[in-house]
Amino acid sequence: MAQTPIVRIRELTRVFRQGEINVTALDRISLDIAAGEFLTLMGPSGSGKSTLLHIIAGIDRPTSGDCIVQEHNIAEMNESALADWRNQNVGFVFQTFNLIPVLSAFENVELPLLLTRLSGKERRRLVTTALEMVGLADRMKHLPKQLSGGQQQRVAIARALVTDPKLIVADEPTGNLDSHSAADVLEILRTLSRDAGKTVIMVTHDPKAAAYGSRSIHLEKGELVTN
Amino acid sequence: MTIPGFILKNAFRNKRRAALCVLSVAASLFLLVSLLVVLNEFTNPPEDAGASLRIAVRNKVSLATPLPVRQRPQIMKIEGVEALTPLSFFGGLYKGEENTFFAQFAMEPEQLEMVFGEAKLPRDQLAAWIANRTSCIVGADTAKRYNVKVGDKFPLVGQIYPVDLDLTVAGIYEGTTDDRNVFFHHKYLDELLGDPGTVGMWYLKARSAEEVPATIDRLNAAFANTSAEVLAETERAFQLSFMSMWANIKVLISSICSVVVFALVLVSASTMSMAIRERLRELSVLKALGFRRHELVSFILAESFGLSAVGFVLGAGGAWLLYGSIDAPTLTGGIFPILEVTPRILGTAALVAAALGVVSSVAPAISVARLSVVAGLKTLD
Repeated sequence: MAQTPIVRIRELTRVFRQGEINVTALDRISLDIAAGEFLTLMGPSGSGKSTLLHIIAGIDRPTSGDCIVQEHNIAEMNESALADWRNQNVGFVFQTFNLIPVLSAFENVELPLLLTRLSGKERRRLVTTALEMVGLADRMKHLPKQLSGGQQQRVAIARALVTDPKLIVADEPTGNLDSHSAADVLEILRTLSRDAGKTVIMVTHDPKAAAYGSRSIHLEKGELVTN
Repeated sequence: MTIPGFILKNAFRNKRRAALCVLSVAASLFLLVSLLVVLNEFTNPPEDAGASLRIAVRNKVSLATPLPVRQRPQIMKIEGVEALTPLSFFGGLYKGEENTFFAQFAMEPEQLEMVFGEAKLPRDQLAAWIANRTSCIVGADTAKRYNVKVGDKFPLVGQIYPVDLDLTVAGIYEGTTDDRNVFFHHKYLDELLGDPGTVGMWYLKARSAEEVPATIDRLNAAFANTSAEVLAETERAFQLSFMSMWANIKVLISSICSVVVFALVLVSASTMSMAIRERLRELSVLKALGFRRHELVSFILAESFGLSAVGFVLGAGGAWLLYGSIDAPTLTGGIFPILEVTPRILGTAALVAAALGVVSSVAPAISVARLSVVAGLKTLD
């Protein structure tokens, strides 16, 4: 495991306001995540693991504290800068795949590259490589509805990889998959961490899935209980 | 894949809804263009080539009050006047019809070429008309409608005047913007009426377009404070003042136009809102992938604009093709000689379509701009 921290979290607190009530989702969390690590976040529902993942990925902001990812403090970046940063540095894998139904597998993977200045030829090369990495080179023209759940999730992983981000965040990526497909997806994520040096942060309820990670942390009621 | 391609795929992802939306926009724009065409015919009648030189002189009291024929020599002496003819509206019915769609005017045949130069009438027919006091010339549209030929009888039953006309067709003219009118000898009308010494109005031709305003001033001044004061105005102004009698119709048509546009906005805005609401999760994913707020708003705007544009092409383009190919006098029972979709009307429809694209995307664009990625990802499909 590489030792350089890619994520530094200090005294991170996230409070949601629900009507008159303040709900503390994360309570003064401090955590370092090293580059190339495959970290799993575990905990019961409402423990704050997804909230922590969202803040690390730059799609949510802390109420207080610091979340520094690759030397960028998430709390201090404006909306536009965060969007650019996410495009270049973060790959997302969601539980429900979240592919665009009217686009083919190829086009779904190509989507993040539309924001770059790459030529069509270069984009085609990168998309093809990403789909080959997840074993779906022969399914490029298929629409999501023509793919199985496992294949859809692998397309989502290819989409997360195509911009060559340092950080891949996965929110219960196996939650909607059968055990065989889940194993395939987890193996891909582990390979990305181990062989490609990607930092993978995965939220999961499943201890078997967590076992694929190089480190596991548990949250309960917004606090870190095991690190 | 390109960004426009992506927008296009999104716009037509629900083909039935997109088609219905486009058709509703197209149908509404077709209706709007049709109403504007009718409104244009009421407010902006077509102009003959010689209209800029023609001056209509009527009684200042009202259009229905005649002018004394003794004014003629005085008018002819007024500087700037090149030709003059009396013009009296007969308003008769053809062969016992309940409604006759063409107008009939008594005039001096010798002045036809001078005053209504754009009317194309063969020389021999003009000569025959001039020679025969009880003959008339018939516009090509009317001749076609009643299958009338030179030499045919053309009886008209008087409605305004207590006399009937027993006319013979001496010629068939064309080339004016309203080839429906029938012209006959003013002398014949005078004779039947017992020479009353009046005319409906004077129609005259000015020497040049530059002299028209001064000539109008001279005409009005010449008969000021007489027993028959006149109101001289350009043919255009006369037509428009005549059309102004349709004021309520214009207001009605304008009101319907407004309602059509309002309904159009509601339909389009509702469709766009539905289309965006069901894609909130996808739009959140796009945000997560790095698409910025203004890019997503642009997508929505382009999609809405695109649907409106297709609707415009089908609706306004369809109206343009239709009205360009139909026989307007026949279809409208002779109410409108032409139905023309002018560039101005097309421009108005295009503006409405463009505004529609913008307005209907405002609410969805605001909701997407405000949407947090996390909240959007929690949205159920």
